[in-house]
Amino acid sequence: MPEYEAIIGLETHIQLNTITKVFCSCKADSWEDLPNSNICPVCTGLPGVLPVLNKAVVEKGVLLAAAMHAEIQPLSFFDRKNYFYPDLPKGYQISQYDMPLARGGYMDLPMPDGPTRQVAIEKLHIEEDAGKTKNEDGHRLIDFNRCGVPLVEMVTGPDLRSADEAAQYIIRLRQLLRWLEISEANMERGHLRCDANVSIRPKGSGELFTKTEIKNVNSIVAVRDAIQTEIQRQTREVSAGNEIKAWTLEWDEDAGVLRKMRSKETEADYRYFHEPDLLPIRIDDAWRDDILTQLPELPLERRARFIEQYDLPEYDANILTDERSLSDYFETAVSAYGADSKRVSNWLMNDVLRMINEREIKAGDLQLTPEYLAEIIKMVDNGTVNTSTGKSLLDKVEDAGKSPTQIVEDEGLAKVSDEGAIRAICAEVVKENPDQVATYQGGKTSIIGWFVGQVMKKSRGKADPQVVKAMLEELLSA
Amino acid sequence: MALCDLTAHQLVNLIRRREVSAVEVLESVLARIAAVDGRPGTLEDGDLSTEDVQSVHAFITLTEDRARAQALEVDRQLDAGEDPGPLAGVPVTIKDIFCVQGTPSTAGSRILANFVAPYTATPAARMESAGAVTLGKVNLDEFTYGSSNESSAFQPSTRNPWNPTRVPGGSSGGSAAAVAAGEGSLSLGTDTAGSIRQPAAFCGVVGLKPTYGRVSRYGLIAFGSSLDCPGTLARDVKDAALMLNVIAGPDRHDGTAANVSVPDYVDSLEGGVRGMRIGLSPNYFRITFFDTETGELRKEPIAQEIEDAVLSAAGHLAAMGADIVEDVPMPHTKYGIPVYFVVSRVEAASNLHRYDGVKYGYRTPDRVEDLPEMYRKSRAEGFGIQPKMRILMGMYVSAAQYSEQYYNRALRVRTLIRQDFDQIFDPTGPYRLDTLLTPTTPTTAFPMGDVYGDSVIMQYADQLTVPANHAGIPGLSIPAGFDQAGLPIGVQLLGPDFSEATLLRIGHSYEMMTEDEEWRARRPSVLEL
Repeated sequence: MPEYEAIIGLETHIQLNTITKVFCSCKADSWEDLPNSNICPVCTGLPGVLPVLNKAVVEKGVLLAAAMHAEIQPLSFFDRKNYFYPDLPKGYQISQYDMPLARGGYMDLPMPDGPTRQVAIEKLHIEEDAGKTKNEDGHRLIDFNRCGVPLVEMVTGPDLRSADEAAQYIIRLRQLLRWLEISEANMERGHLRCDANVSIRPKGSGELFTKTEIKNVNSIVAVRDAIQTEIQRQTREVSAGNEIKAWTLEWDEDAGVLRKMRSKETEADYRYFHEPDLLPIRIDDAWRDDILTQLPELPLERRARFIEQYDLPEYDANILTDERSLSDYFETAVSAYGADSKRVSNWLMNDVLRMINEREIKAGDLQLTPEYLAEIIKMVDNGTVNTSTGKSLLDKVEDAGKSPTQIVEDEGLAKVSDEGAIRAICAEVVKENPDQVATYQGGKTSIIGWFVGQVMKKSRGKADPQVVKAMLEELLSA
Repeated sequence: MALCDLTAHQLVNLIRRREVSAVEVLESVLARIAAVDGRPGTLEDGDLSTEDVQSVHAFITLTEDRARAQALEVDRQLDAGEDPGPLAGVPVTIKDIFCVQGTPSTAGSRILANFVAPYTATPAARMESAGAVTLGKVNLDEFTYGSSNESSAFQPSTRNPWNPTRVPGGSSGGSAAAVAAGEGSLSLGTDTAGSIRQPAAFCGVVGLKPTYGRVSRYGLIAFGSSLDCPGTLARDVKDAALMLNVIAGPDRHDGTAANVSVPDYVDSLEGGVRGMRIGLSPNYFRITFFDTETGELRKEPIAQEIEDAVLSAAGHLAAMGADIVEDVPMPHTKYGIPVYFVVSRVEAASNLHRYDGVKYGYRTPDRVEDLPEMYRKSRAEGFGIQPKMRILMGMYVSAAQYSEQYYNRALRVRTLIRQDFDQIFDPTGPYRLDTLLTPTTPTTAFPMGDVYGDSVIMQYADQLTVPANHAGIPGLSIPAGFDQAGLPIGVQLLGPDFSEATLLRIGHSYEMMTEDEEWRARRPSVLEL
């Protein structure tokens, strides 16, 4: 039996995070809003209305195109895609067709356990979303809130070779969208939707064979599982001598099975033509350059620079460039700290990230600014506070929003390094606990930790535990 | 002469000087409507009575309460020393293709007969906020698809006030007839292939189709979106200028409304035509069409009396100092109608998609098995024959396998039509024209029932007007006399983009020059009853 390889292309729909919809001034994000609460004559397609383009949609589309190394077209057109559906109020979707916003481009996909795969981007265009239909008690209900929500459709070449690569593409795309701050990219909320085209061929063949299309694979797990399932199905079919048919399939995530939606023998004719109600999009050099001033350093570039410039291990660089504000945070903290970026990285990855995860916020939203973090590490370095006080300061600064120096002063947290004071507390503890002293002196010296704990408690954590331990040993062995 | 027979600028002066009140003007117009309009168009079938065939039937919906409230408000503002605006107290009608909040907005179709618009079209809103008194919505061809008004689902359709056995033209037939009969001094119409200019010519009024983008289309129920132009129907050129002042200009609701400043069109009326270059083209003195049987190109001269009227107008303008440039070639004029057949129908078929019985408008009362059946029955029962034919043709020529051969080809020819105009108006070219003077229509108003049903022949009524829609340029039709049958003749002035001020000035000069001619004193026959 020959060995087969999978050929996968993905079509993604990305919901942009503009404040208003693409062609009217209704609020774009309707998550948790009542059905039909963010609608107007324009997005519900009443007779006589006209679309007016939201420029922010073009700008966010251009940023994505640039990040994909695509060619931004100086002239592109909107088109009408004509079809009937109850949740499509105008009877056509305003999209782009033969002259899209951007063409060409690629995304590099470093695989966790292998070489980097380069995925071609064929085209990238702007379109409006349709509404939602749901069936309830024999009625078909329509929610128009989503009508006119701005989307970018991006189509890859048939360049992915496994379900894992496809999943990795979505992971990287999601990261990039958030990095560019153009989409919330929350798959559960439909901000990033994916259709997959899958075919197989004998390994080494240059041909492309009949593909199937899997609709609505809307989580990373679903992308991986649905594609894997389909590759296995096609391999079984071909091995059994059967032909692959150009089906459209739907992934049932709960049941873990693919269901056939329709045979794709005849292509629908959408009778595309340029939308006469909208002027063509003209992006001259001045506008493009203006938009691109907002284009940040991209995650993979920044990751490489972190390794190079800060001498970070790849593992650290990966984590620190996962999210843009975290990587910005790291750089600011390093520059405030002034030395040993690995030490900043350790604090960030061990402690600050935990806080970020627990509190479900972004690094950029922390009250514990990178400057404050640097200040805390410095206080630990120069012995003003001990390490555990330093770590507890992270949450205190975050909760109070005050500088660490201020908190140390207000709460008297500075390390007690006055030997006389520590000795007095140690002596007190020894005096108050004759039973434990007897135990210790009876040979069970491991109880020293308990004594240290008592002293730390009495000093409210300010004593240096190393000093305390040495002093107690001295007192107890006397 | 009654108040309702005065022009808008005369009424504004009288009302502002408090010589008459806006309410008095309204009463005069309402009395005229009661006298001449007959019953309004309805969806009911039925034979026409003797009275029906002698009445104008301009209205579908008379909004008397709205008008009265607006007239009272104008009078109140004047009492309080406030300025009601440049259209203070002027009674106006709105072609029923525009949405007006709280008013049925039917497009002359059964499928929208129950649709009450929740918002007001930009040009209508601008007229109201300029002090106009909105009398109501006037009849039209269904979805504006026609040149006679006969295709309206609301019957009786409008009749020509000069001779009620004749059509008023279309699609803005209700608008033109209303203005001619004293049922409102001004009317807001639309022009996709000649739908303002042709009925203006047929009814002896002034019709201006502005440059595409000069007036916002927001609230205009779309036919051919790249061709549709809101514009003015008025009793004289000054009124057209007055109304254009109010409705022109950019609009945040219409991205295709041009961001071009609006001059004062009334101020620029004076000054005459001395030194202006006015062209005449042989291509506009004949009708050229492709025989539907043989496909051969056939040529028919236009009516001699109309040609004479154009030449006479040219003579007047020459006498006032204009240079007449003859034999101006407009070689692509003959393609105007075929190109229009394709382009407008592709856009129309798409624009009509939204009428599906789901959200508003007509839905079949019958039980249906499934959604496609509901679509089919609602659309089959709701649309008249004209929309249906346009949907079929539009779908055909934009289908994937035909669009290159028809739609894309038509777009290329449309560019050639535009180039004809670019060349003659080019200020450094051989012709350097300020305007092209042409007949508006090949014939005067034809008898009701004569042409209706032959959509190809009907379409050629627009051959001389449609090139301006393809090119996006402005066109002005002004009355220029009558034929032997006593029917009005219109002549047309075409100019480069945003040359409305020039066209209006030429038209106004011609009006001044012919002020004392006998035909200027004639009145529509419905007023003589």
